[in-house]
Amino acid sequence: MNGPAYASTLELMSGVILVCAVVTLWRRSLSAVVKALAIQGFALGAVALILGIRQHDAVLIVVACLVMASKGVVIPTLLGRVVASDPSSREATPIVNVPASLVGAAALTFLAYGATQPVVALIPTTAGRLVPLGFATLLIGFFSMVVRRKAISQIVGLLLVDNGIALVAFLATAGVPLLVELGASLDVLLAVVVLRVLAAQMWSKFGVLDLDQLRELRD
Amino acid sequence: MTGFQNVVAAGLVAGAQIVTVSVGGLLLVGVMRKVRSHLEGRVGPPIHQPLLDVRKLFTKQRMHPEQASWVFGAGPVVLVATAVVVAAISPLATTRPPLGRSADFFAIVFVLLLGSVSLALGALDTGTPFGGMGSSRAMTIGALAEPALLVAILAMSIPAHTSNLPVLVRMGLAHPEMIASPARILALGSFVVIILAESGRLPIDNPSTHLELTMIHEAMLLEYAGPDLGLVTLGESMRLTLLLGLLVNLLVPWGVADRPGAVSIVIGLGALAGKVALAGIAIATFEVFTAKLRLFRVPELLAGGFVLAVLGAVTALVVR
Repeated sequence: MNGPAYASTLELMSGVILVCAVVTLWRRSLSAVVKALAIQGFALGAVALILGIRQHDAVLIVVACLVMASKGVVIPTLLGRVVASDPSSREATPIVNVPASLVGAAALTFLAYGATQPVVALIPTTAGRLVPLGFATLLIGFFSMVVRRKAISQIVGLLLVDNGIALVAFLATAGVPLLVELGASLDVLLAVVVLRVLAAQMWSKFGVLDLDQLRELRD
Repeated sequence: MTGFQNVVAAGLVAGAQIVTVSVGGLLLVGVMRKVRSHLEGRVGPPIHQPLLDVRKLFTKQRMHPEQASWVFGAGPVVLVATAVVVAAISPLATTRPPLGRSADFFAIVFVLLLGSVSLALGALDTGTPFGGMGSSRAMTIGALAEPALLVAILAMSIPAHTSNLPVLVRMGLAHPEMIASPARILALGSFVVIILAESGRLPIDNPSTHLELTMIHEAMLLEYAGPDLGLVTLGESMRLTLLLGLLVNLLVPWGVADRPGAVSIVIGLGALAGKVALAGIAIATFEVFTAKLRLFRVPELLAGGFVLAVLGAVTALVVR
């Protein structure tokens, strides 16, 4: 892959990841949020793929395929099933309303750019300059976990955090070892499965997926 | 070429752009209605119907409400005048339009806004409830769209180091990879949301509604009749065409004339017509599948546009 094409596709894919993070805050319909998450997973895989092709690193390409399969297909499918089983699958009353949380996301992006200046200065490559996008995704994920009430939204927030960390790892270190990446991916996959089971239990016991209603212990 | 010939050539280019935008704008509205009708299973009015409507309106008697002051009559005139000015100096058919150096993106946007503000003032002038309601809503949406638009322009200007529109379009022609940069794409995404808001299309406003209570833009026109209504229709279609024309020239600049000469400018006009028609068809198709947003949900959409623009600006600053 030659210079400008490599840089612009890498920038584009990193941009897609951040935009998908914002879309999860923007849309109220949870099925749309899960779709955005799937696109984000694919974009993350694409980043790894581009880096792998650029550096002729076969392991990184394998990792890219794994990321696409787990974060682009498996996890969104699992979440999609939970969403489909919940008839009122909308984030109706988030703690912070949508326009305010979008402005918050913009502020967090600025914060990420400000905070990662030293890191960016350390890595003088195209990939290094994109590290702030990963940090912004991570911060938006935390924010989403704080301000959203539905169990699914919080899982999505967790996944955003994970995708942000993975993006920073790919961009800053040019790929983590396969074993570490496998471990992290499986870890997240397992967490999603457990959360999905928990959500299904919540749904069958209480008929809601709203975490704010789980204030007290019951028998 | 002598100075006089230059002036004549510039005047011809400006005239060609103005005629294309005014006639083409009305045809664009016709095309969008036709596409919508087809998708809904109706035949729909012919494509040139808006032209016939406006011609008929211009032959009618001028009628003003008794209480109206000169502001009422000035609204439509200013609307059309601003659209004509922007049509003359924007890089629509050529990247070297007359007075191209003053075609700053910020300036052009504010000249266009002057038109919508004058229309809102005209609607307020008669003191009828619907006119006031429409103006108030239109200005609220305008006030929300404005910051997003400013930041979107900023995001597009940072990589080019200028907010001069002809230069922006020329840079797109010279460096196609700049168009695919995240900053530009995010800013253009935000620009699309703002165009929908500013030109009163779905999902923000329904241009074909007959319910006064849900109207935004149409409510401002209820008092207008005859030639004034004709001017407003013309001005609005020109505004939509101008905004779409700027969007397509920033997104896909190919076809725009980059050198002087009658042939290349004619090609540029043809390319412009084709690209804007495609954009119009896309919007009309999108409108068939969407419903109007609740008024209180509009800020969410515009906040989304704002965030896209901010992300674009930040990306432009860092990726630089």
